[in-house]
Amino acid sequence: MSAETAVAQGATSLDLAGPIPGGGEVRLTVEHLTMRFGGLVAIDDVSFQAADGRITAIIGPNGAGKTTVFNCLTGFYKPTVGRLALHHPKGEFLLERIEGFRTAQDAGVARTFQNIRLFPRMTVLENLIVAQHNKLMRASGYTVFGLLGLKRYREAEEKAVELARYWLDRTLLTKAADQEAGNLPYGDQRRLEVARAMCTEPVLLCLDEPAAGLNPRESQLLNQLLMFIRDEHKMGILLIEHDMSVVMGISDHIVVLDYGRKISDGTPEQVRSDPAVIRAYLGEDEDEEPVGETAAGQESAAREGDERDA
Amino acid sequence: MAAKTSASPAGRPFDRQAMLKEAGATGLVIFALAFGLLGFRTLDVPGGIDIQYRFGDVAAAVAIGIVGRIALILLRERRPLPVLLTAPPLAVVLLVVLLSKFLFGPETGAELMRFLPFESLVVMWAILIVIVVLGLRAARVHTHMTSVMTAEERDARMDRIGAKVQRAARLLGPLLLGIAVVFPFLPFADRRLLDIGILVVTYIMLGWGLNIVVGLAGLLDLGYVAFYAVGAYSFALLATGLDVSFWVALPFAGLMAATAGVLLGFPVLRLRGDYLAIVTLGFGEMIRIILLNWYEFTNGPDGISGIPRPSFFGLALFKRNVADGHAFHELFGLEFTPIHRIIFLFYLILALALVVNIFTMRIRKLPVGRAWEALREDETACRSLGINPRNTKLTAFGIGAMFGGFAGSFFATRQGFISPESFTFIESAVILAIVVLGGFGSQIGVVIAAILLIGLPEFFRELQQYRMLAFGMAMVLIMIWRPAGLLAHREPTIRLFGKGRAKEAEP
Ligand SMILES: Nc1ncnc2c1ncn2[C@@H]1O[C@H](COP(=O)(O)OP(=O)(O)OP(=O)(O)O)[C@@H](O)[C@H]1O
Ligand SMILES: [Mg+2]
Repeated sequence: MSAETAVAQGATSLDLAGPIPGGGEVRLTVEHLTMRFGGLVAIDDVSFQAADGRITAIIGPNGAGKTTVFNCLTGFYKPTVGRLALHHPKGEFLLERIEGFRTAQDAGVARTFQNIRLFPRMTVLENLIVAQHNKLMRASGYTVFGLLGLKRYREAEEKAVELARYWLDRTLLTKAADQEAGNLPYGDQRRLEVARAMCTEPVLLCLDEPAAGLNPRESQLLNQLLMFIRDEHKMGILLIEHDMSVVMGISDHIVVLDYGRKISDGTPEQVRSDPAVIRAYLGEDEDEEPVGETAAGQESAAREGDERDA
Repeated sequence: MAAKTSASPAGRPFDRQAMLKEAGATGLVIFALAFGLLGFRTLDVPGGIDIQYRFGDVAAAVAIGIVGRIALILLRERRPLPVLLTAPPLAVVLLVVLLSKFLFGPETGAELMRFLPFESLVVMWAILIVIVVLGLRAARVHTHMTSVMTAEERDARMDRIGAKVQRAARLLGPLLLGIAVVFPFLPFADRRLLDIGILVVTYIMLGWGLNIVVGLAGLLDLGYVAFYAVGAYSFALLATGLDVSFWVALPFAGLMAATAGVLLGFPVLRLRGDYLAIVTLGFGEMIRIILLNWYEFTNGPDGISGIPRPSFFGLALFKRNVADGHAFHELFGLEFTPIHRIIFLFYLILALALVVNIFTMRIRKLPVGRAWEALREDETACRSLGINPRNTKLTAFGIGAMFGGFAGSFFATRQGFISPESFTFIESAVILAIVVLGGFGSQIGVVIAAILLIGLPEFFRELQQYRMLAFGMAMVLIMIWRPAGLLAHREPTIRLFGKGRAKEAEP
């Protein structure tokens, strides 16, 4: 992407040289990410950056390619083109080159799924312990010490329980710790999935529509949790979200995708008043209109539009 | 004639014609099955084979099927009265006839018995049980006006039973173990009973081994017998060819089986469910066919004979006269009897099985074990948490196979002779049936299922010919009512609130 286009599109365009909208240290740099499925171009030359200690929201209508971006980042898909650089304290990782599960294991990118993927017949606590698998595996001497019941492993397990307990307390799930995860109410399952991702001790957290299907109270709890993770753990969060009140309320930086292309990139204020975004969400014939107070109304309009598209 | 359709007490219309149609269809199906299965019987007569016709049996089977079906429909339609009125007298009459030998003496008994539709007493007892169950259910329908429990009710109840049994297993386990330990010294434990015991424990061990793969890791393996075979042949070839002793060959046979497990694991890593089952089934057959055809190495269908019996930990042999070295009975100053060796074999397989059990209990609480279960629940989620699905699956295959190999070695040394015939698909099916019936992942369930499926038919010889039939029926019923197995109840591997701390969690 050339400098002219960046200038032409003003503040809401990609400018990888400058500071990230919303501030913060760069944690992730996505450059020219393209993903094709046969003839379908799900993502078309998308570039953006995400910062540490900030919430970067990725929004866009259904089928815009948001989940596909996550799948490329977390090693589930191999991008057709693109460079995905994670700036890790241990050094730089090129995520597009890392084999699936190693993204979480080595690079420390954790994710949740659009349709919840817990281990339903295991207990809540077990879900959080499984998330600390690699650490515990090393502590158990790849099972040998563990079988012998050595102290070293038991201590590591106690520590793992402590970490799990910490996140249980933060997600208000402590009382349900010994219940089967599959029996939890929907909202609790969503928060448990976040807690499980945090138990892998990541450097970047990718959440795919964590607020989908939540009632207002549960949604509020989730927002508080995400802000806690951002502020207290200085964690960079990538957040896919449809609910505009959530997006506008908690994100520091927003990337807007439409039909696989990035159409806007900036702080919530910039994106909210970006004509391209309004067009994408309300259709071509709508006049420019600040999103502002009517965000909720526009969001439902956008949803209806989505359903039409789908 | 009265109206064809009349309202049942529950207010639902009742269609007599539909009922007769359904019963007729049942009769047809039973006829189709029974005509071939029951209608003819080959008899060995001097000079060849003769055919005995048993069309009476076929007719009886069809009649019983139709009547039973009508009873079931009546119960379903909540009209229990006819069943309630006929079942008890029928049951009493049948019981009296069955017990007539003891009640009226052998002669009258034999006379009465001739009126029974089937010769086999087992079948008649089974029919009696069915009648009693139908009667009880009719009574239940009559008093509650509900035909059957809803699926949820039944599930919840079975779950509670499962949980109770699991809890009881803490007591039941040691109790069963205690019984097993003193078993060889019980006064009635003769050679035959000991042999049955050895067989049952072998299958328990195989069940526990397969449970790692199927129950914990959720990898449906229909070719488990392949590893049993690899273990047995590795052991047999080492022992006969290289003169290696049992205690050296055992770990090696386990290693070979584990290697086979990992080798099978690689190509099926991406397969799940049905596809995995089919490929593993093929693998099991492949191994058997290799054993059958690789004549130079495995001696083909003739098998390997003269496999040495295990020594008493290399110290003494179970023989009357030992040229060089010691004999077991001399070492302990006992009279020689061949039962010593059987008792030793029993303890040997018991110890091997316990190793598998303890290993499984421990590994469930370790990261690998939890990763197996997590993989069974959701592989995608596992990958997102940085768990290596390939290695995790391969360890499950490898470890499960290793225990199969140990069991195979034991089998070889006990029999003294092995051939590919011992490793047919039916063996895999039986082992899997034990796991499924007992409940995926349930250790005590495997024990109970092995006793039911292996021990009982061995003990009651007459039952043996119905074994496969009972297997099939049990499997179908389990799949309908409780797909996770009878005693499938999962105990968490770790708790935040232990027993003592449980109150802390209450609000
Ligand atoms: N594995 C795949 N094979 C083929 N096409 C795919 C695949 N994954 C995604 N797509 C296509 O890529 C496009 C983007 O899908 P994606 O799931 O990323 O959308 P999304 O923005 O997450 O939408 P939603 O808001 O509905 O979750 C869609 O047209 C989808 O059909
Ligand atoms: Mg999506």
